[in-house]
Amino acid sequence: MPTINVQLAEYSELFMLIAAFIYTLAFILFSIDAARSSATIRRVEAELAQETEAERAALREKKLVAAGSADSTAGEPAESDAASADTASTSGVASDSTGDSDSAGGADSASGAELVDEDMAYVGTRRPIANVAIAFTAIAALAHAFAVIARGLAASRWPLGNMFEFLTGAALVVTLVYLIVLIRRDVRFLGVFVLGLVVTMMVGATIGFPTPVGHVQPALQSPWIAIHVTLAAMSIGLFVLTFAMSLLQLVQARREAALLAGAETRVQRVLARASFLRLVPSAFALENWSYRINAVAFVFWTLGPMITGAIWARESWGRYWGWDTKEVWTFVIWVVYAGYLHARATRGWTGNRAAWLSIIGFACIIFNYAVVNVYFPGLHSYAGLPE
Amino acid sequence: MAKNIQPSAHRDNAREDAVNAAQGNVSKKDVAAPALGVSGMLRWAWTQLTSMRTALMLLLLLAVAAVPGSIFPQRVQDAFAVQSWINDNPEIGPVLDFFQFFDVYSSVWFSAIYLLLFISLIGCIIPRARKHWQQMTTPPPRTPRRLQRLPEYGALELEDGGPTPEQALKDAAAVLKRRRYRVDLRETSVGAEKGYLKEIGNILFHVSLVGVLVFVAAGSMFSYRGQKVLIEDEGFVNALVAYDNFYPGTWFEEEDLDPFSIRLNGFQREFDRQMFGDEPNPNYGQALGFVADVTIQDGVDAEPEDTTLQVNHPLTLGGAQLYLVGNGYAPVVTVRDGEGEIAFSGPVITRPDDGVYTSMMVIKAPDAQPEQLGFVGLFLPSAHDTGDGLAVSVDPELYNPQLHLNAYAGDLGLDEGVPQNVYVLDTEELQVLNSREVEAGGIVLSPGETHELPDGMGTLTFEDVQDYIAIDIHYNPGETGVLIFALTATGGLIISLFLRRRRAWVTVETNDAGRTLVRYGLLSRGEDFRLREESIALREQFEKTWTVRPPQPDEETATDA
Ligand code: HEM
Repeated sequence: MPTINVQLAEYSELFMLIAAFIYTLAFILFSIDAARSSATIRRVEAELAQETEAERAALREKKLVAAGSADSTAGEPAESDAASADTASTSGVASDSTGDSDSAGGADSASGAELVDEDMAYVGTRRPIANVAIAFTAIAALAHAFAVIARGLAASRWPLGNMFEFLTGAALVVTLVYLIVLIRRDVRFLGVFVLGLVVTMMVGATIGFPTPVGHVQPALQSPWIAIHVTLAAMSIGLFVLTFAMSLLQLVQARREAALLAGAETRVQRVLARASFLRLVPSAFALENWSYRINAVAFVFWTLGPMITGAIWARESWGRYWGWDTKEVWTFVIWVVYAGYLHARATRGWTGNRAAWLSIIGFACIIFNYAVVNVYFPGLHSYAGLPE
Repeated sequence: MAKNIQPSAHRDNAREDAVNAAQGNVSKKDVAAPALGVSGMLRWAWTQLTSMRTALMLLLLLAVAAVPGSIFPQRVQDAFAVQSWINDNPEIGPVLDFFQFFDVYSSVWFSAIYLLLFISLIGCIIPRARKHWQQMTTPPPRTPRRLQRLPEYGALELEDGGPTPEQALKDAAAVLKRRRYRVDLRETSVGAEKGYLKEIGNILFHVSLVGVLVFVAAGSMFSYRGQKVLIEDEGFVNALVAYDNFYPGTWFEEEDLDPFSIRLNGFQREFDRQMFGDEPNPNYGQALGFVADVTIQDGVDAEPEDTTLQVNHPLTLGGAQLYLVGNGYAPVVTVRDGEGEIAFSGPVITRPDDGVYTSMMVIKAPDAQPEQLGFVGLFLPSAHDTGDGLAVSVDPELYNPQLHLNAYAGDLGLDEGVPQNVYVLDTEELQVLNSREVEAGGIVLSPGETHELPDGMGTLTFEDVQDYIAIDIHYNPGETGVLIFALTATGGLIISLFLRRRRAWVTVETNDAGRTLVRYGLLSRGEDFRLREESIALREQFEKTWTVRPPQPDEETATDA
């Protein structure tokens, strides 16, 4: 067994703390951004109004020129909006940046101006605080990645061998998944949720399960650990996103209903006025996106915890499936998300009910890691907890 | 038109609703009340069972039903734990046992749920496969009357002097064909569809689940598993009598046991001994490796072969797998009774209880005269006196091996024929000879030492320490089948989730201005987030094929009306 590199191990621990600290800052910034969303909206609306005004002016000028030179049939300035919308929907080409305004339904009328895009593309809404938060998250992720890799190098093994490492490793995956999605999609509205969870995981790992760098027991010395646990962490990274989206979907759906029917109860009025929700895509868009992400995560879960788990269990314990507590919950989670995928194809079960299933699935995941690892005895008791 | 509406393969499918609505088909109301008569009722029940809603309910029910198995101990894992749970909860224990809460995964209710689910699944797949076959062998669906209603729609007006409508249709068909659609050229329109593989993936996925279930069931029927503890220099031949514990599957037969053998020659443990400077590292003493040196013989005629057995590296012998699942120390002791005769002699298996191998030890000498003798206590590989006469083990290796035992005399209860746990001795009825509580004190022995029991009841000698290993032997002929079907299921799942099933239609007409107007519409069955991109790509291809007049807002609206 190679010796442990003490120096590297110390660096790993230091950088883990640094990462946790920067994540916390990023979380605070995301919270501030969410709290200040009404200011953001006001500013964006002002900018949009200016732009529209400028466009109108430009158009009027062009039209005047055109009218002067040729026939004047197209010379109705008021028509310009409708006309461009029409070409967009018939040609389909020009509409990419503006988003499909027709399918947005209630949400669009709710937000008035286009603050968010249904495809979660960036529409140019400036949110400087959120952007700084993202920069912090990226820096923290670098430190975090270094800490995880250094930990693995220090012990010459895959750094996912106990509860501490799983939590910190999964937190890294969550962050990376979020950052990667951010490159293509404007999911800044998820920042508070994702960073909140990442901070919780980091704090939970350092306070709940502090484990010094070390080797792992013989049962964990297998190449399968890399595949099995990494796939689990990856699917959890994705399930985190859909969990937050499904929660927001439920809230957003109520808000949209409130806006349509007119706010009657107090909750509805609060919802209708909640400015943060105007920076969140419509319930319909959230549902579609969580479905896409859940589908990928479900494949990871099938391959990771289920199939490679079974293969490894057979290598290590002699049976591929033995209804160990951890295996039971892995199965339950799989079935719940299979139910979710079904619900999305079942009449009357799309929308809110599907969102609930996605939330329940994630609750089972939390339960599986937080409660089962700690309180239930089983073969998977490698949590590295004191006896 | 009606002949083109295919029957729904299952009720409550939201995707089919969406497709029908977009294509302008009349959605069939299939909520028919149960027809009269037995066969009518049966058909109704079958339709109910194979509906999407029922499948969903059964899935959720399955998830809920699996949970109790993680709350209560299960016999498949630990029959002993179940028994003690029932003993500790005499009120509720037997009730739960009656309702099979300790055998959840073989219980009537759990089986009922998954069997219903799989019946529903089969009842779902067959019509679905039939319908899909039909769709693959018949032309794509009829062209909807109003393409504008489809989720993706576009229109192109070709320049004067462009292709005739017939030619334009042919061109459109060619474009679609190039994009890998299956194309049907009609009088005034083209119907096209692609992504049939998606549905095949879905069917493959669900069929594979049935395959997994079948092989899981068959495997467990023909399987066997057993446990055996091997002390150094001891051998094992795969025969029923040689096992310590044996759990056959329902259809197991004794001749299924291949006559392989294994012998333990030696055992090595490796522990973490790294120092951080002068300090032991935080994980100092943690187990890092277990290696059993064994000699195996795969059948009576085979050559004996020396090899190693390690954790995560099972040996395969005669179709069965051998696993190293445990190890410990077996102190060799000799018990002489009051008459000086040897009442027991040999290694005693102790059960390690922690990382430093503090091990539980029980010795039973039922042949001792005049009274049967029993000993209960601890084996400590590296005993360290804490000061008050109590000793603890401080290291897993044999730096200072000691026995710390109490001695008892009396009827050990072995003669009544009630099966007993060899690792447990019920001392309640016995006379205490040695213990910290009595004057004679407890027994503390190092190797080579002998202890005299009080009242001339005999002696106990600690001779030596040997190693032992615990091996599990598993035979399950269903494993390969389960793995293959699990993988095909995953393949089917990926195909089904990430391929897109799309329909496209193109119509061509001559508009009022005498120009050729091409309209196209796209529809997907199921989720498709890239339908717009497909629409854009299609339009680009069309624009390359023909010379298109730039969009004229007011004309468009005129022709649309
Ligand atoms: C063992 C139980 C079952 C499991 C674990 C399961 C799982 C799944 C999963 C994960 C999907 C989504 C992936 C895909 O589209 O292929 C799916 C889709 C589907 N399942 Fe099942 N299923 C089960 C039983 C059934 C039953 C009994 C039915 C029939 C009522 C059924 C009908 C369908 C249909 C129609 C779809 C496709 C939905 C769509 O149009 O996208 N499944 N199933």
